[in-house]
Amino acid sequence: MTVTPTTWKPGTLEASLRAKRDAGQKLLLPYVTGGYPINDWPRLIEGFASVGADAIEIGIPFSDPVMDGPTIQEASSLALGEGSNPAAVLAEVAKTDPGIPLIAMTYYNICFHMGHERFASSLKEAGISAAILPDLPLEEVEEWAAVADEHEIETVLLAAPTAPDERLPRIVSRSRGFVYGVGLVGITGERAELASSALEMARRLKDTTDLPVVIGIGVSSPEQAAEVAEVADGVVVASAIIRKMLEGGTPEDAISFVGELRAALDGV
Amino acid sequence: MTAIDASPSVMGDPDENGRFGRFGGRYVPETLVPACAELEDAFREAWSDPEFIKEFHDLLRDYAGRPSPVTECHNLSAELGFRVLLKREDLNHTGSHKINNVLGQALLAKRMGKTRLVAETGAGQHGVATATAAALLGMECIVFMGEVDMKRQALNVFRMRLLGSEVRAAMSGSRTLKDAVNEAMRYWVAAVESTYYCLGSVMGPHPYPWMVREFHRVIGNEAREQCAELLGPDSNGGVPDVVVACVGGGSNAIGIFSGFADTNAELVGAEPSLGAAVGRQVPGVVHGSMSYLMQDEFGQVQEAHSVSAGLDYPGVGPEHAHLAEIGRARYEPVTDSEVIEAFQLMSRTEGIIPALEPAHGLAWMVKAKDELAGKTVLLNMSGRGDKDVAQVQAILDGDVEALEMMRS
Repeated sequence: MTVTPTTWKPGTLEASLRAKRDAGQKLLLPYVTGGYPINDWPRLIEGFASVGADAIEIGIPFSDPVMDGPTIQEASSLALGEGSNPAAVLAEVAKTDPGIPLIAMTYYNICFHMGHERFASSLKEAGISAAILPDLPLEEVEEWAAVADEHEIETVLLAAPTAPDERLPRIVSRSRGFVYGVGLVGITGERAELASSALEMARRLKDTTDLPVVIGIGVSSPEQAAEVAEVADGVVVASAIIRKMLEGGTPEDAISFVGELRAALDGV
Repeated sequence: MTAIDASPSVMGDPDENGRFGRFGGRYVPETLVPACAELEDAFREAWSDPEFIKEFHDLLRDYAGRPSPVTECHNLSAELGFRVLLKREDLNHTGSHKINNVLGQALLAKRMGKTRLVAETGAGQHGVATATAAALLGMECIVFMGEVDMKRQALNVFRMRLLGSEVRAAMSGSRTLKDAVNEAMRYWVAAVESTYYCLGSVMGPHPYPWMVREFHRVIGNEAREQCAELLGPDSNGGVPDVVVACVGGGSNAIGIFSGFADTNAELVGAEPSLGAAVGRQVPGVVHGSMSYLMQDEFGQVQEAHSVSAGLDYPGVGPEHAHLAEIGRARYEPVTDSEVIEAFQLMSRTEGIIPALEPAHGLAWMVKAKDELAGKTVLLNMSGRGDKDVAQVQAILDGDVEALEMMRS
């Protein structure tokens, strides 16, 4: 059974992001790797919420993350080495109460292997309201997304700089929650400067849709976040947060970095 | 045995979504979707252009040395009790069937205006073949190879560098073929506008499984004609009773199967027992397509293990999954020790040192000799064994130290 866009209502994530966006707030979506740092990661969720995150992406580690650069790969691999698995990640997430929407970010085989129905209901039971599956593009997404819609799990689609103009409206009309604009032609990871493609991507998406437009990939610092948020509604920051901890920083250091991102966005 | 479905639609084109039955598709990051679509359009256009096809076939003849012969193995036949024929892909330039695909893809890349090839390699055969095509056609080439494989196959690393290619170590995960594919895909995501991804097997996102099959179809087409001539019309209409090939990703098998899919020949793929993606029959999605995939209870991809680096891959091309599901081909496991036996048997009886990969096919034939008695069996000799002799020597000498070094 499929649910057509006309019968579909904005979910928790979209409603929350829209309300904040419409009130003039720039959106901050930090990322946590489920299982890294071992034992400490669940408290990052409430920690990020307490310093002003608007939603949190929770990575469920996968063995072969082709869209991820060295930082996220390393965190995933460390988590898997410590025995992280989807069920354990979701069980820990269920215990948290951050008061903001949570988004699962993983690769499609994790979802496919569990089964669409079970994956969707597991997310829901864990209090997660949305999913990002970066290797499930528009042409392949419908089977999962229809099930997700039924379970009120919002499937966020990515839009990339390589997309021709005619493709963007089709992506945003199937995307739920927000549309995730890919800031550069490449994989996740920090960059010294914000790519010009990030602003261009934000502009193209803003011209296409009223959905919240959030840019991620290559957004590494408070300055870059503020720069891209001049055009976009918000940002996803992942590698820069995780690297702080890979390089010996504490979870508190990561949380205070998210606070710096918040302050920079509030200055836009 | 169930009746063989020999309808012409078997091994036809995939549907418009790149599916063979329920397998295949295009599970790639959004960034790559337009590049896959562009590649599909370019391939369709080139593959219907007689000029392109002539250019490809001229290269296969004048550069790769095609057609490769079919050799009847009289000694082996006497020993095993059935008629053994070999399709001699080991005699191609660069020593394996891999050259067919890379010449096709490199010509296509050039036609598309791309200046750089990127490829993954396991044992190094596809990497060497890609480096060869890049040298011939004057293109830049970067090959990703797992760090473990670079140690196991140091000579192939040198060959690629000699051919002017850059070899980059894949340092993530198990540091073998699957990680080399991950790194090549990551590179492609970042350099998609200038770079052509020259994938080495019938896997990956649509159109690769289909396109790579079409470039290897020449193996089956030649063999069909050669068998008809050799066997004559009275022997099952000039068609072997059984066609055998080894299966890792499955490109040589797809190539030879495609020539016999519409006959009553039984098609058999030999998989390493610890890399038997089809044997386990668990579907999954990795590296761009849905197929059978070795994975744990949570869907994490597992590492395959095989004495042959070329078959050390946890997935399999989606068309094989489809052929298995509809019962048109069967897939049988063989162990490393059976493969080492077969490697020696072929060398001793026929004076042909096979690569460890096709030795998997022979290993199955030896195991199944009662079932095969009196039949005619065509084995795709997909590559020559020079690259493997040091490893086999170490195994036979029980040289633990040398083996540790090669397997890291």
